[in-house]
Amino acid sequence: MEKPLTKNFLPNGAFPDLAAYELAGGYQALRQALTRMTPAEVTQAVTDSNLRGRGGAGFPTGRKWSSMPIGAGAPRPRYLVANADEMEPGTFKDRLLIEGDPHQLIEGMIVSAYAVQADVAYIFLRAEYTRAAQCLRQAIAEAYGAGYLGGNILHSGYGLELYLHISAGRYMCGESSALMNALEGRRATPRDKVLRSTDSGLWGKPTVVNNVETFCNVPHIVTHGAAWYKALSRSADGGTKIYGASGKIKRPGAWELPMGTTIRELLEEHAGGMMDGFALRALLPGGASTEFVLDEHLDVAMDFDSVQKVGSRMGTGTLVVLDDRTCPVGMLRNLEHFFAQESCGWCTPCREGLPWIEHVLAAIEEGRGEAGDLDMLARQAKFLGPGYTFCALAPGAMEPLTSGLKYFREDFERHIGERRCPWRG
Amino acid sequence: MLSPAEKQAIEEEMRHYANRPSCGLEALKIVQKHRGWVSDEGLADIAEFLRVAPAELESVATFYNLIFRRPVGRHVILACDSVSCWIMGHDRLMQRLTAELGIRPGETTPDGRFTLLPIPCLGACHRAPALMVDDDLHEAVDPEKVGEVLGKYA
Ligand SMILES: Cc1cc2nc3c(=O)[nH]c(=O)nc-3n(C[C@H](O)[C@H](O)[C@H](O)COP(=O)(O)O)c2cc1C
Ligand code: SF4
Ligand code: FES
Repeated sequence: MEKPLTKNFLPNGAFPDLAAYELAGGYQALRQALTRMTPAEVTQAVTDSNLRGRGGAGFPTGRKWSSMPIGAGAPRPRYLVANADEMEPGTFKDRLLIEGDPHQLIEGMIVSAYAVQADVAYIFLRAEYTRAAQCLRQAIAEAYGAGYLGGNILHSGYGLELYLHISAGRYMCGESSALMNALEGRRATPRDKVLRSTDSGLWGKPTVVNNVETFCNVPHIVTHGAAWYKALSRSADGGTKIYGASGKIKRPGAWELPMGTTIRELLEEHAGGMMDGFALRALLPGGASTEFVLDEHLDVAMDFDSVQKVGSRMGTGTLVVLDDRTCPVGMLRNLEHFFAQESCGWCTPCREGLPWIEHVLAAIEEGRGEAGDLDMLARQAKFLGPGYTFCALAPGAMEPLTSGLKYFREDFERHIGERRCPWRG
Repeated sequence: MLSPAEKQAIEEEMRHYANRPSCGLEALKIVQKHRGWVSDEGLADIAEFLRVAPAELESVATFYNLIFRRPVGRHVILACDSVSCWIMGHDRLMQRLTAELGIRPGETTPDGRFTLLPIPCLGACHRAPALMVDDDLHEAVDPEKVGEVLGKYA
């Protein structure tokens, strides 16, 4: 089984430096793209590969790039941004990719920037990723030193500046329009989606934002072609995927596997099953803002479309496992605390609604719940769903809640009826 | 007044951004790095240097989790309180931390050694519970041995 994204990972936590990366075939895709392909050909290869964005929403990458204006009269400068904010609870794949092989991300970004003819690129990295920052600083310096960045890369006539931006911490920075505000030194509130960022993004200029893992795929698509890339996958979405799992399982971790690997395989083979003495209750397939799935859904393929068929989303592809000895109400309280705290406050339903939901969940968990609370929560969840708020944070926050109210109804009712948390004894 | 070193660092960063005000967050981080936190005076100095309204910069400074508008201790502990760490024993870890330090989350020890802050997911969910002390990530922390972790920071 081929593992293009993690093939250069070193066992001891070190990362391949420029020489090691080149020895493993690194920067060949860049050479090929910049000296033998047109930007449109690179975009076409990515479109043909069926690469879908790995930031959670699965938007087709080639289609996004195609809307960048790149002709002679197009506005400049144009920007490209790697979204390395990764604050979705339960998600740790981008950190591993950066720390494991920073040059892969950089090469992916340069090739992608060439495709959309960007002049300046940023890596938007969350501040807590201090080791990743070290890796990137070294790798960016090495790439400049080797002439892979800067003016006239490999005498191709194409030039790119790449800067590392370290955030100051806020989940909303990961939302791509809020990310651009943050890069402009403002509060990370989202922008109106009427204008596409490829028309008016950073400082009003055409801008492409993609996830770290998305960019890491690009050199391999260029080198081996779309057909090879699609064949890596077990589903319609191309490539491999960095999956992961956390919770009370025997071997929590992350694995590069064919796109479309089933949840059961992840859980049972790769994660080694539940820890002794624990049984599976439910799991979030791809981070905090995805719906719970149950035992009966485990045979679903982890790809963007299949997981939707069982009422959830693949999201970031990192499972958060809920066991039978952990209180589901407590888990939901923890999740909604996160969302309430990280709401940017821009629109009323989210700013007012999420703290209220957290408050009610806290009351239920502490045995102070009232009979009407569950209906109230369900009603609130509806008005924080898609269409009622300015960005996807609030609807995302409702995904675990609505599915939790459905699957853990008895647990909620026991808390309210017994006026205590049964798990706290 | 911004120190020459602070000004130089801000100007260096400024080259990476399209205009002067965009450098506000960078400037806040630079001043915080030099002084430990961002005082009202520090904020006003940056606003003047970047030629932005202090109130605007204030709204930025207070928005972000890691810009400190109050003094912090010599070492800042960021304890992950998100879902995987919670499942894997965050509450117990927090109990041990607060007992060891004699402070509640959000507070600084009287000797000015540690500030304890909760933080969302540190991207170490498979090695939970996790916390950071300054720039160091500590994974799979045993609550009973949290004293050993803290002992490394004078
Ligand atoms: C509240 C919120 C937080 C997000 N955080 C991230 C993030 O940390 N990293 C990321 O790549 N995408 C994040 N996204 C998705 C981005 O808005 C965007 O869809 C993504 O970066 C596009 O990249 P892709 O097409 O390569 O997936 C977030 C979205 C929302 C609504
Ligand atoms: S939904 Fe929440 S996070 Fe999104 S804009 Fe509204 S207040 Fe901000
Ligand atoms: S939930 Fe604590 S590191 Fe992710």
